[in-house]
Amino acid sequence: MTNRETDEATGVETTGHEWDGIKELDNPMPRWWLWTFYACIVWALGYAIAYPSLPFVSGAPKGVLGYSSRANLHADIADANAEQADLLQKIETLPLAAIRNDANTFQFAVSGGRAAFAVNCSQCHGSGAQGSPGYPNLNDDVWLWGGSLDEIHTTLKHGIRFQQDDDTRFSLMPAFGTDGLLSRPQIIDTSHFVRKLGGLEHDTEAAERGAPLYEENCAVCHKSNGVGDRKQGAPSLTDAISHYGDGLNAIAAQISRPRHGVMPGWKDRLDPATLKQLAIYVHSLGGGE
Amino acid sequence: MADAGPAGGAPDSGAAVQQIDVEPVNARKQRPPMYAPRKSIHPMRVSGVFRRLKWQLMGVFLAVYYITPWIRWDRGEGIPDQAVLVDLAHRRFFFFFIEIWPQEFYFVAGMLIMAGIGLFLVTSVLGRAWCGYACPQTVWVDLFVHVERWIEGDRNARFRLEKAPWRGAKLAKRTAKYLTWLLISVATGGAWVFYFADAPTLLVDLFTGQGAMIAYVTVAILTATTFVFGGFMREQVCTYMCPWPRIQGAMLDENSLTLTYHDARGEPRKRGKAEPDAPKGDCINCNMCVAVCPMGIDIRDGSQLECINCALCIDACNSVMAKTGGLQDLISYSSLNAYEAKAEGRPTPPLRKVVFRPRTLIYTALWSAVGLGMLALLLVRDTLEVNVLHDRNPQYVQLADGGVRNGYTIKLLNMEQKERRVLLAIADLDDALMTVAGDDLWPSRTREFVIPADKVLSLHVFITTPKSALKPGKTPFRISVLDLTGIEQAHYGAVFHAPEK
Repeated sequence: MTNRETDEATGVETTGHEWDGIKELDNPMPRWWLWTFYACIVWALGYAIAYPSLPFVSGAPKGVLGYSSRANLHADIADANAEQADLLQKIETLPLAAIRNDANTFQFAVSGGRAAFAVNCSQCHGSGAQGSPGYPNLNDDVWLWGGSLDEIHTTLKHGIRFQQDDDTRFSLMPAFGTDGLLSRPQIIDTSHFVRKLGGLEHDTEAAERGAPLYEENCAVCHKSNGVGDRKQGAPSLTDAISHYGDGLNAIAAQISRPRHGVMPGWKDRLDPATLKQLAIYVHSLGGGE
Repeated sequence: MADAGPAGGAPDSGAAVQQIDVEPVNARKQRPPMYAPRKSIHPMRVSGVFRRLKWQLMGVFLAVYYITPWIRWDRGEGIPDQAVLVDLAHRRFFFFFIEIWPQEFYFVAGMLIMAGIGLFLVTSVLGRAWCGYACPQTVWVDLFVHVERWIEGDRNARFRLEKAPWRGAKLAKRTAKYLTWLLISVATGGAWVFYFADAPTLLVDLFTGQGAMIAYVTVAILTATTFVFGGFMREQVCTYMCPWPRIQGAMLDENSLTLTYHDARGEPRKRGKAEPDAPKGDCINCNMCVAVCPMGIDIRDGSQLECINCALCIDACNSVMAKTGGLQDLISYSSLNAYEAKAEGRPTPPLRKVVFRPRTLIYTALWSAVGLGMLALLLVRDTLEVNVLHDRNPQYVQLADGGVRNGYTIKLLNMEQKERRVLLAIADLDDALMTVAGDDLWPSRTREFVIPADKVLSLHVFITTPKSALKPGKTPFRISVLDLTGIEQAHYGAVFHAPEK
């Protein structure tokens, strides 16, 4: 229904639309708006010709400028790599200690290592490398397999209990409970003794009973005083940090049926420069030796 | 329509003065409809006190704008020697002897506050002096109109040219005009970028195609805005785009100076062959005031939003009055109080009372307080600073011996132009020792560092508290930095985190 008429007050024609007695004036578009609109149309036509824009079934025309964001990205990455080439070359050739002693390469390695850590390591060790039960905290000063630059590097390359790598770090604690080497009360007693070693609250009598059991079964690897042995990957039982928890039940569970963490070796997955940067980064977290 | 009287009627006094056929764009008697196309405004040439003042101020403002980036200021090796420089890449603002770091942005905020209060102060006393004389839009439009007049001739010639067909002389003149405008626009946009980079280097770079893309883009955008705003939009920028005309209503009061037509004296206007016995005002209705107005308005309609108070109509009216032997200042800067006093024949209030009134005194006090505060801050401001950011992930690290370690990113800021040797120290936190990522020194309470001139030294520092001194939860302490070659020191209140139990 259109009923166009001229509005008396303004002298402008109405559109003929009426809502509850309110009529819509047919004012023209502001001219600046129209011209902007036309300019946009012209621009869009030019844009469609110059850039890939029309969605066809199997792709889009390339546009006369041949623009491609993917190609640009590759070019940018290539540029970035070219800029880093010198430093990466240095990191690849220099020994770890030398990289660390040069402020420039050290800074670069820490940054690169942080990025690589976020991508490859943070899933288990946490984004701040703070770890969680079963996954070691890399910030602290406790190292199961050594915390020097070279030792960290070796661990990174070959992993822990990583079957595919012959040079992997390997240790195996017997399952004293499930293999029937110790009875349940014996395991509880030994656990009390382990808590005593760690300076934790324990049952004195039980710990006394556990002492000879420990000497017989555990001291070979963990040493009589409980300080552990890195060569065998035996953690210290005396320090304030425990891998799988230091509660009585946690210790008993570990003795009865130990868990063994696995870390993959990265030498076939990451390039040597990245491995070195990771070693430097982890070492710089504060616990490096 | 409007106030234009019957054409051709010569005023009865001063036959030398022609009545000009002109309609104000916003005549009070007939407001144009909202969607009416813009009416051309071709202000007529005028000379007088205010025109001369506007020329002089334009010279000063343009000179300041164009010359400032070229002033050199020796600051020593490795630091820009440009007196005024906004160094975005290195996050520094240089202003002669002052160098502002991003952390000290409050100085810039303070300057903006001073500019704002200063604008209020000037407005409350002088009305829209900013609009009439200092606003870049006014200055550049004035310049553009001058170019236009120089190439195309004065008002009437320009109207004729506008109606003329597009060929021959019109084509040549318009091309010349647009090219000149474009040159001015490019120079305007071009000067702007020099504030953001070393001017001589950038000038060479710009012309050899070596300049940064952002520089070219900035020049292009500012060229376009100058060209369009100064050449075509002109008064529409003030009337439709600028918020200030609408805000300034709140700044004005009955004592502020505004451009005023003294209608008590001027009305009724003498039109054509007036009745000999009819009462006559001083206005001879020559319409000069409208013809010279860059906003195209009629000041005789009273104070209005569009009026930028440029006072060219005062010059126009006074020059006409000088010719006809009339009294000067039929249009003048006048406050509302003075206007009413004049209309009623009372003496106008003394200047002293107009200028020194609570409003202006409060504005002055505020403006001075901010200024003095900034000056004081500037004099005692630190050139050595320490910022500490506590590591969040992890917040603390449990160590094998039962101690706890926290990590901090510490930034040492040396805002002096010379290298400084400083001592970083842990204050308050008993028995805590620090190590720094990347070096192999023994843990200690203090460490010495050298901060290069005008640089930030960023350190990752580990602070370890042994089990014996450990307090659960958060322990506040201070990290201090002391200048070993001077007396300056800085402190930062940090927190040491430990397990809750």
